[in-house]
Amino acid sequence: METYTAMRHFADSWGLLAMTLFFLAVVAFTFRPGARKAAERAAEIPLKED
Amino acid sequence: MKYTTETIVLAVGAFLALLGAAFAQDKLFGAHMWVLFFVLLAGTVFMIRRISFAPAKVAASSDDGGYFDEVVKYGVIATVFWGVVGFLVGVVVALQLAFPDLNIEPWLNFGRTRPLHTSAVIFAFGGNALIATSFYVVQRTSRARLFGGNLGWFVFWGYQLFIVMAATGYLLGITQGREYAEPEWYVDLWLTVVWVAYLVAFLGTIMTRKEPHIYVANWFFLSFIVTVAMLHIVNNLAIPVSFLGVKSYSAFSGVQDALTQWWYGHNAVGFFLTAGFLGMMYYFIPKQVNRPVYSYRLSIIHFWALIFMYIWAGPHHLHYTALPDWAQTLGMVFSIMLWMPSWGGMINGLMTLSGAWDKIRTDPIVRMMVMAVAFYGMATFEGPMMSIKSVNSLSHYTDWTIGHVHSGALGWNGLITFGAVYFLVPKLWKRERLYSIRMVNWHFWLATLGIVVYAAVMWVAGIQQGLMWREYDEQGFLVYSFAETVAAMFPYYVLRAVGGGLFLLGALIMAYNVTMTILGYQRDEAPIPGAAPALQPAE
Repeated sequence: METYTAMRHFADSWGLLAMTLFFLAVVAFTFRPGARKAAERAAEIPLKED
Repeated sequence: MKYTTETIVLAVGAFLALLGAAFAQDKLFGAHMWVLFFVLLAGTVFMIRRISFAPAKVAASSDDGGYFDEVVKYGVIATVFWGVVGFLVGVVVALQLAFPDLNIEPWLNFGRTRPLHTSAVIFAFGGNALIATSFYVVQRTSRARLFGGNLGWFVFWGYQLFIVMAATGYLLGITQGREYAEPEWYVDLWLTVVWVAYLVAFLGTIMTRKEPHIYVANWFFLSFIVTVAMLHIVNNLAIPVSFLGVKSYSAFSGVQDALTQWWYGHNAVGFFLTAGFLGMMYYFIPKQVNRPVYSYRLSIIHFWALIFMYIWAGPHHLHYTALPDWAQTLGMVFSIMLWMPSWGGMINGLMTLSGAWDKIRTDPIVRMMVMAVAFYGMATFEGPMMSIKSVNSLSHYTDWTIGHVHSGALGWNGLITFGAVYFLVPKLWKRERLYSIRMVNWHFWLATLGIVVYAAVMWVAGIQQGLMWREYDEQGFLVYSFAETVAAMFPYYVLRAVGGGLFLLGALIMAYNVTMTILGYQRDEAPIPGAAPALQPAE
């Protein structure tokens, strides 16, 4: 198969699936139990000094 | 600091530039190498005069072991300086469009001053603002000194050299004709070196951090640095015609080349002008209102959604061209989806003020930042709308696009940078407050009024232009010749220059205010009504 066609098919099949799953995993991780506390601590970082 | 090696490297560089001028394949390369030679020679002389001949022990560094803020100070000054230069060139360019006699050939005609303006505001003003604020923010949120010793200096001065080479190249007529990437191959190579050094300094600081968590502003800054490196390298893949000549040819051809350019061009907007400046927003707004960001988890979603979607939006610049239809539709769909993360980020920035909304009334710096975020929201609503094919068929190639770009660039990038500068200057130079808070207020209103005039005028101009181009009579002939549509733009072009002039005036007031603050003056003035006196806590 032509390189262009091969890459094009990869991009709209496995590539798309992998990126979608990664993105959904990031969103799920952000809302995992206990994330609220960690996020609140992280949000304070700029205010801690100077 | 002795800087012996650095001085020798500069001198060798100056000599090589002289050789480049001597053996140049074409006149332009020779002229450009002369520019480089004189710049490097001046640098060498300056460094030699500063070399300390004291014994090593006595000359021990004046480094206090704290944060590396000296380079940030230089960066803030460079930001203000290049900002004024870039806005001034912008006003000149606007006037050149209205009054063609102002095109002074060959060096100062529109074709050369236009890239001078775009590069000066995006890369010189915006780039210096990003480098300075990212160095400031990454040190504070990592609680670590900037990595790499003097690497920060190399990044700063190397970047200024890039700006000078790019700007003089445009005026000489050296261009590879790629939007926002006009410098030729040898200047591109230099920028690559500087950018890798920037990445090392920034990433090194994150790696050596004492704060366990990487604050979200650093994620945005890092994505900006990494993506711009990737974009810059791919977009500038080119074969030089000769080793000592200006001309090069792109590695791509035809529609692939067009898409590569707009993949670069739109992501320059997405990562240089959006992700990087969002890093500023997520640090300086919480600092200025003294509250944590509204939702930290939303900021994480904002980050991932933004970087996953922006990278696909470029094809919307090539609607109704030879680009395959599926790619055009892909670009349009991702542009529309981008609306969500953009507005999520806007809401996050604005809601950080919840419980402190009175600060919009009492603190002109907060007002500036809020207006910046509001313009971020407006521009990221307008952009997706304009990427829809049927809207684009009216808006494309018209001045509506220029208006859209400026509401984003002046409103979002300009105002958030001004806010950051006003925050940083008293902190960096350890002044109690700015020279004048009321002047910030003047700057705010001049800038806002300037943007509103500019954007509104360009809407009217653009839609009129688009409608005139597509106007057919009942026999199917075009009603207007192209020259007629150009002539119809005259009043709008004059008004645009007025809007830009107001914005420039605001920037001049900022330059004065910043200068006086650095010199240690305080203007005797009545405080802003309602502002609590002496807000600054002890350092």
